[in-house]
Amino acid sequence: MNDSVPQAAGPGRAPVYALVGNPNSGKSTLFNALTGLRQKVGNYPGVTVEKKTGTTYSQHGRPITVIDLPGTYSLAARSPDEAIVRDVLLGRRDDITQPDRVICIVDATNLERNLYLVHQVLDLGRPVILVLNMMDLAASAGLNLRLARLEHELGIPVIPCEAVNGRGVLELRLAMSRADLPLSRHYWDIPAPIAPAVSELQASLVENDGKQPLIARAEALLLLTDQNPVRVAGSTPLSARTSAILTGWKQRWEGAGVDWSGTLVNSRYATITRLCGEVVQRTDRASPALSDRIDRVVVHPVWGWLVLGAIMTLLFLSIFTLAEYPMNWIDAQMAALSDWITGVMAPGDLRDLITDGAIAGVGGVVIFLPQILILFFFLGLLESTGYMARAAFIMDRLMSRVGLNGKSFIPLLSSYACAIPGIMATRTIEDPKDRLVTILVAPLMSCSARLPVYLLMIAALLPGDRVPVGAKVGLMLLMYVLGTLGAFGFAWLFKRFLLKGEPPLMIMELPPYRLPRMKDVLLHMLERAGLFLRRAGTIILAISIVLWFLTAYPKHSGSPTPQAQIAHSFAGTGGRLLEPVIKPLGFDWRVGIGLVTSFAAREVFVSSMAVVFSVDHFAGGKRVDVTPLRTALKTAVWPDGRPLFTPLVCLTLMIYYVFAMQCMSTVVVVRRETNSWRWPLFQTAYMTGTAWLVCLVVYQGGRVLGF
Amino acid sequence: MASTLKLSQLPIGARATVREFPRQGSAFLRLREMGLLPGTAVTLVRTAPLGDPLEIQVRGYNLMLRKTEAEHVLVEMAGGP
Repeated sequence: MNDSVPQAAGPGRAPVYALVGNPNSGKSTLFNALTGLRQKVGNYPGVTVEKKTGTTYSQHGRPITVIDLPGTYSLAARSPDEAIVRDVLLGRRDDITQPDRVICIVDATNLERNLYLVHQVLDLGRPVILVLNMMDLAASAGLNLRLARLEHELGIPVIPCEAVNGRGVLELRLAMSRADLPLSRHYWDIPAPIAPAVSELQASLVENDGKQPLIARAEALLLLTDQNPVRVAGSTPLSARTSAILTGWKQRWEGAGVDWSGTLVNSRYATITRLCGEVVQRTDRASPALSDRIDRVVVHPVWGWLVLGAIMTLLFLSIFTLAEYPMNWIDAQMAALSDWITGVMAPGDLRDLITDGAIAGVGGVVIFLPQILILFFFLGLLESTGYMARAAFIMDRLMSRVGLNGKSFIPLLSSYACAIPGIMATRTIEDPKDRLVTILVAPLMSCSARLPVYLLMIAALLPGDRVPVGAKVGLMLLMYVLGTLGAFGFAWLFKRFLLKGEPPLMIMELPPYRLPRMKDVLLHMLERAGLFLRRAGTIILAISIVLWFLTAYPKHSGSPTPQAQIAHSFAGTGGRLLEPVIKPLGFDWRVGIGLVTSFAAREVFVSSMAVVFSVDHFAGGKRVDVTPLRTALKTAVWPDGRPLFTPLVCLTLMIYYVFAMQCMSTVVVVRRETNSWRWPLFQTAYMTGTAWLVCLVVYQGGRVLGF
Repeated sequence: MASTLKLSQLPIGARATVREFPRQGSAFLRLREMGLLPGTAVTLVRTAPLGDPLEIQVRGYNLMLRKTEAEHVLVEMAGGP
């Protein structure tokens, strides 16, 4: 599976490059500068890590493939993202051949830590090009770097770069175009106690595990750095012989009191420190960096909260309000298209399928785009300026109370507007269990689609203008609080019992504040939106056509009113079948129809109720004038004459919508983000099950108390 | 002989040198790989508004870590005027 190390690319095939580097080293900016729009985002089979490849062109115009590997601090991987970097570089993956050459990008302003990863990569024996990024920032920090010296010491090409300005990118492409690249001449003395173990392990890995010699050496070093050999071995367990050798050495060292893993890390850093001592010169005593001065406000015990609150409010409001305009526009376009088709086509099933099924379905997908674009624009800005790390820093203590870490804060907060971009934003959470828990509870944060339901129920509950606004606001707030408590409660529950694992690490760099490059932010935003459309859009469209079908068939004979048709349809039958289950909650079959149809989207509940109770509502979207509907609800009765929508029932219905999973789009996105149907199904079950239980308690308890 | 204290006990702004470091634990491996090693100079920059995590300066960059980790790292304050 692994080719022998080619130092020169043959005339037939251009070399494949891997791009690696620390987080915050400007890797994405460099990748974008090299490949522009010629990028492809996919998935590594078997894991929920994104695979990003792109094409750049050599100086002769030949296409060169570049694999953008996730940012990592070390090849001793701890998360699936980091494991992918290790596995791809070591040639372990079947779906991708070992890259021929590696581009290591480092942040010139803190060379030491960045060189640690480079030091590990040099062990692989592949040609490496070192890119020193952020040279402008290094200069303004008073650092003078002796590049020739660095090149000489490491024996590899060193390219200074300012990816944000595009400087150095041409030189990089020239270097990448070279037919032959030198292997590193860098010589590293493996410390004496460890060296024999490395040789023995290397030999065994070659003989018993079928590894190629240089890779075997790199693997041996990794096995002797990370104390958990199973984790290092990844999906291919070590041969028995190699395991035995490893265990034997470890026992010998432990007996002699040798800190073997620390020794290797210390040794690497000793080499790096010596190297940096010769290469890096401080030209002047730097005054407190601008970043530090900004942080004194941003992370201040008082001002910090205000800043966080202001930014979160801005984020939230812009999704709520800014998105309204394009969303309304989309609604109007869909309605106009629908009307045009109605005018142009002969009445019949096909026309209905197109207008009420397909167009409504497409509209139902596209309507999410404004929110996704806005959210990811903001998130891109927050991430690239460095503020995101501060937000995680501030919120970490609260989040760790329920077993999550600070990085879950922003995805959860975004879910108040809409869980779909919130769930997509969980990509930044490296720990897969944390990420999964955040995804599972995100929909409990009351999203904006629940508002029409809340508003309708509140209007039915508290009619009239004499009711103090405070009561209405209070009820609304109560729903939000319930949702938030539910989310945190379940997060704690899941982390405690269901997805136990190692406690999440919160060890990360707080990068200096930087001006974002708009091109990167926009590219990122478009990439996310495109992924949503391609992966989720098709399934959402399919499901909405199915749901439309359920309300339109079987056809009522004659020319029925919409009310009669829906009662006669599959949805109507579904509602009647559901009635025994939802009667203990105070709901009847007509509410049941609403529950079935609003699985498409929560706000559909309102328009479904309008149809079921035969209230005229204007076509052109899901926004319904509530007053006539409210009146209709007040007069609705059970067969025995009792009112259907008592205040208690209205409250119960609201609470049902707080907890229940009533959004197929969310289910589809969760499926995409978790790569399986197991988790979205579990999520639907636990959420709707909780909704049923809580509503049972609320309704029956309320009845007992005399409401 | 200078006394050692926990990294989490350092006063804000204090500079110190790492003396002792736990051997076991993947968190500590990661901290070591990020450059926090015996003999490394660190400065405690600040704590988060809620008291946790801590922000330290090490090898020219700012690192955040939780108190649960910082409590096991023993440091020696930089003495002298």
